[in-house]
Amino acid sequence: MTRMIDIYSILPVMIVAGWALLLLVVDLWIPRHRKGITALLAAIGLAIALGFVLASSGNTILGFNQMVVLDGFSSFMQVLFLVSGMVAVALAYDYIQRMNINHGEFYVLMMFSIAGMMLMSQAYNLLMVFLALELLSIPLYVLTGFARTRLESEEASLKYFLLGAFASGFVLYGTALIFSATGQLDFVGIAAVVTAGSANSVLFLIGAALLLVGFGFKIAAVPFQMWTPDVYQGAPTPVTAFMSVAVKAAGFAALMRVFLVLFPSLSEHLTPILWVMAALTMIVGNIVALAQNNIKRMLAYSAIAHAGYILMAFVAFGNGEVVGNTVAATLFYLVAYGLTSFGAWALVIVIEREYGKGILLDDLAGIGKHYPWLGVAMLVFMLSFAGVPLTMGFWGKFYLFRTAVQAGYIGLAIIGLLTSVASAYYYLRVVVYMFMKPGEPKLQINPWVSLVIGVAALAVLLLSLIPWTILELASRAVLLLQ
Amino acid sequence: MIPLSWYLILAAVLFSVGMFGAISRKNAVAVLISIELMLNAVNINILAFWHYHSQSLGYTEINGLVFAAVVIIAAAAEVAIGLAIIIAVYRLRKTVVASDINVLKG
Amino acid sequence: MPVIGTIFYAFLAIVAVGSALGMLINRNAIYSALFLVLNFATVAVLYLALGAPFIALSQITVYAGAIMVLFLFVITLLGAEKLPGYEPIKGHRIVAIGLAFVFIAELVLFFFFRNQVTGPIPLIGPEFASPRNIGVLMFTEYLLPFEVVAFILLSATVGAIMLTKPERKSTTKLSQQQD
Repeated sequence: MTRMIDIYSILPVMIVAGWALLLLVVDLWIPRHRKGITALLAAIGLAIALGFVLASSGNTILGFNQMVVLDGFSSFMQVLFLVSGMVAVALAYDYIQRMNINHGEFYVLMMFSIAGMMLMSQAYNLLMVFLALELLSIPLYVLTGFARTRLESEEASLKYFLLGAFASGFVLYGTALIFSATGQLDFVGIAAVVTAGSANSVLFLIGAALLLVGFGFKIAAVPFQMWTPDVYQGAPTPVTAFMSVAVKAAGFAALMRVFLVLFPSLSEHLTPILWVMAALTMIVGNIVALAQNNIKRMLAYSAIAHAGYILMAFVAFGNGEVVGNTVAATLFYLVAYGLTSFGAWALVIVIEREYGKGILLDDLAGIGKHYPWLGVAMLVFMLSFAGVPLTMGFWGKFYLFRTAVQAGYIGLAIIGLLTSVASAYYYLRVVVYMFMKPGEPKLQINPWVSLVIGVAALAVLLLSLIPWTILELASRAVLLLQ
Repeated sequence: MIPLSWYLILAAVLFSVGMFGAISRKNAVAVLISIELMLNAVNINILAFWHYHSQSLGYTEINGLVFAAVVIIAAAAEVAIGLAIIIAVYRLRKTVVASDINVLKG
Repeated sequence: MPVIGTIFYAFLAIVAVGSALGMLINRNAIYSALFLVLNFATVAVLYLALGAPFIALSQITVYAGAIMVLFLFVITLLGAEKLPGYEPIKGHRIVAIGLAFVFIAELVLFFFFRNQVTGPIPLIGPEFASPRNIGVLMFTEYLLPFEVVAFILLSATVGAIMLTKPERKSTTKLSQQQD
């Protein structure tokens, strides 16, 4: 039967989901031109959940028949998801009014997706992992296609859906094979069977590989990254911003949970595959980004490359001494990347004057002269992406590289370094266009978006002076291991 | 007695047919149908293992049945969304052939 | 006799794979969908043989009965079967009758030989895998997956409506149109 402690363990998830449910109903009474109230209510709901997450952090509890776990890792990730959600709401508020897709259900769907992500970070049973994956993905398929009159939005939604459903088929098959190999679905049981040595090793390995394929799609690792540029370009920009931070984080949360708890025994088979994936992702992401003229596509390829950097540290997942650093470095990087990414995408929202228009490199011309503060903020974000010192991006990459070297993957670290240096070209190209080219930019400045840009830029700069604080928090966010 | 591996092979064959269909078909509806075949194949795998596992345990354990039921439900939800998206695309472009729908490029 | 069991399994497996291939090869979307219905029905018989009657009936009701019907509905709504590459199958009526006989043959074989396909599962009671017991477990041990699935279905419903409901007249004038 359900005990109080079970409810306590997923209370934040319940708050977000329940609040979204109520919001769906309340939204019916909110008139069309006052949908800002829905946005505000959504943000309040997320803030309340955030409060509960912070209040309950520091505990380690298994709930619901060991289907969910509440530990430091899940609390950290949930803070990340909730803050991303609030930022996305702030960015979307004016955008969807401007683009005439102003429906309250936007916020409801976003909250459902956030609930799914939060559940993903807490899942301790393969069935829950799959269900959380579905819960976070389905609203995003819809949100991608939210601009119903725009063909690029619908096309992006179709592509995202078809490839996403295909990938969740793989996750499901992998789960079924692991079930067939061990007879268990929950992590505790699977780990016990594996250590006792009675698992069918062939099925187990194939199941693990299929899970890697499925999750690889969500984090946009090569060779599963084909959907990213089209989907990022076609979706409404606040949705893209949300996806680029939160979905990636959720994918890595799932990857880390599943691989660190279940598959350390398979590390000798899986590590070479991960090595190749990391290397290819860094290379492909950065090289193709060089050729992009459309800023949304450029940032999409940049997102692929950054997933590659995180994978570089993840390759060491089987190495018992380093794995703690892997998790800490990944969490730190997700924070650094999240701040930078939201700032950059917020700027894209500012220059996007009509849906899908005004987002070429040429449209950046003259920003440095007419809106210097915006130019400086974007400079900060580009430098952070490139990993230049005095930004959080630098420290993020530093910790990732350090983990890879500690685990002995020097070659991979060199590839990472070289591709990172190469990426500086397309990041700085943005800055050049902003400051050196003359032009008359037409911007849509909105106070909330400006707030996001300002706070993000300050955070990227100032936190880089005290990186150890965030790293300390990340190191304390430990995973419950068996 | 049929060994478990026969059922697993059947599931693998059906999954591959579905996978091939999802990759090679041009019609978006046909791709979705192929994905449904993939999910169904997984269900065969789950239930076959559940049967043999229950036999070896001596009692009927329930994990497998719940898993299979959840798969059916999740497949239904995905189909609903997928067809809604296909309809939305169709309304704008009057076609569901995926290669004709191509405004997103470089 | 174990041989009957093998024949039965082989028959089901061939029909299942055959109908899957039929779905794959066919260029007409409606024929593909119908082949898939045959596949689902065959697999449902397989589930009966494996001792999961509730799942078998759910398969028929939900998969073949709801999902595929929805597919056929949307295919005919969009006219997808009229896409290039549509070739009418000659003599398809005969093929349809043949396939119906195949399915009936499966069910007959199953009813006569069900205990010999695989060993009978030792059941706690004759109705262990019944809806009642699954239902009880869904609300106790498996409460969380059950609730999450409910939210998945809800978000799918809301999403599907958001994507397809007609725009109000006041907004269609203002909305951005594709060039």
